[in-house]
Amino acid sequence: MCDQTFLAIVFGPCDKCSKEKPLRPVYIKSEQLSYCSLCVEMMATEGLRENETLASLKSEAESLKGKLEEERAKLHDVELHQVAERVEALGQFVMKTRRTLKGHGNKVLCMDWCKDKRRIVSSSQDGKVIVWDSFTTNKEHAVTMPCTWVMACAYAPSGCAIACGGLDNKCSVYPLTFEKNENMAAKKKSVAMHTNYLSACSFTNSDMQILTASGDGTCALWDVESGQLLQSFHGHGADVLCLDLAPSETGNTFVSGGCDKKAMVWDMRSGQCIQSFETHDSDINSVRYYPSGDAFASGSDDATCRLYDLRADREVAIYSKESIIFGASSVDFSLSGRLLFAGYNDYTINVWDVLKGSRVSILFGHENRVSTLRVSPDGTAFCSGSWDHTLRIWA
Amino acid sequence: MAQDMTEKELLKMELDQLKKEVKNERQMVSKTGKELKEYIESMAGEDPLLKGVPEDKNPFKEKGGCIIS
Repeated sequence: MCDQTFLAIVFGPCDKCSKEKPLRPVYIKSEQLSYCSLCVEMMATEGLRENETLASLKSEAESLKGKLEEERAKLHDVELHQVAERVEALGQFVMKTRRTLKGHGNKVLCMDWCKDKRRIVSSSQDGKVIVWDSFTTNKEHAVTMPCTWVMACAYAPSGCAIACGGLDNKCSVYPLTFEKNENMAAKKKSVAMHTNYLSACSFTNSDMQILTASGDGTCALWDVESGQLLQSFHGHGADVLCLDLAPSETGNTFVSGGCDKKAMVWDMRSGQCIQSFETHDSDINSVRYYPSGDAFASGSDDATCRLYDLRADREVAIYSKESIIFGASSVDFSLSGRLLFAGYNDYTINVWDVLKGSRVSILFGHENRVSTLRVSPDGTAFCSGSWDHTLRIWA
Repeated sequence: MAQDMTEKELLKMELDQLKKEVKNERQMVSKTGKELKEYIESMAGEDPLLKGVPEDKNPFKEKGGCIIS
């Protein structure tokens, strides 16, 4: 009980300050070092200072967020649905499945339309990427990726290539040929390299550049020919799940959404984030620009879709219902922007009146989660892909 | 990469971003909302999913059938 333990004191050069002093053993990352008592105290208080800095950063962030909210609130003089009070209400919508594309062996994760308004590329969990003719439902091309969960795919503006990627952390481009015995895998070109899964990809307005989003928290712009990284976009605090390029008339910006609940708008040339929005309560699975480029919609795991006005710099509408409790996985606008189509994890597609904020239709048909949804380039139809292995064209 | 950053680095990044954004220019919702509405009204006439398209004009409406010309 009263055993006295004598500490053997070693005298020598301190491992930190090199002064000749009585030394104490310290363990840093399981390595034993000898520090003088002054350095031991400094080290102990460093930990304290570290915590203080973290706390002060947090409170500074909170107060800035409060200030930002204040500034935004000053311009929030009216709600969007009030602006649209006198707009004629929409009638009944009759939208049915017009085509069902069957052929994937597992969950469909992503799809994109070709500019020719009839071809579609889709990718699935089993690694298969298929190009379809949506008029005839024929499969025109198919390739098997060396990885599973191909979460992203995109059609090149020329219609001559597709890009895709997923758990391989890369985005690869495959030229499409019309040779009889086409070997797509042989012509594969690896363009983007991330340090985590690829969640989204899109060609810019030419076949020469690709924009990617990744689970590593970044977005990046790549040159297809050389595979060179042209610009990277840092700002998300967690996985980036989706991105959308602004309509070409509005300039070089794009919006991204992530697991940090933030939607961020970026300048493609400078790599800077111009605006960010954090009003969702959960991951943002999908973002899509409004056709005029002045706003964008988002779909989230918090079961809501929201509209953000870029010039008012705020959220201006929430599309939600108490009865909708499953996450929205993908959103897209009709040609005029009046309708917002959203696919949900409860297997349905809800059609929202963008101006009035009300739901105008609910579409049933898929037998599992709707994972991806895009309106065709000329707005005549939209395509949805699902975990039920199929894609459906609705019109 | 967000996955490689410490909590402190992530917070610093967020702070720098917030400082920039507070200075952004903004417009009144009454003005911008009106412009959103006007855009829709100008495009509504050409929106096939909104207005509907006659069966013979929309390639998706009828399946099958070949037109030999």
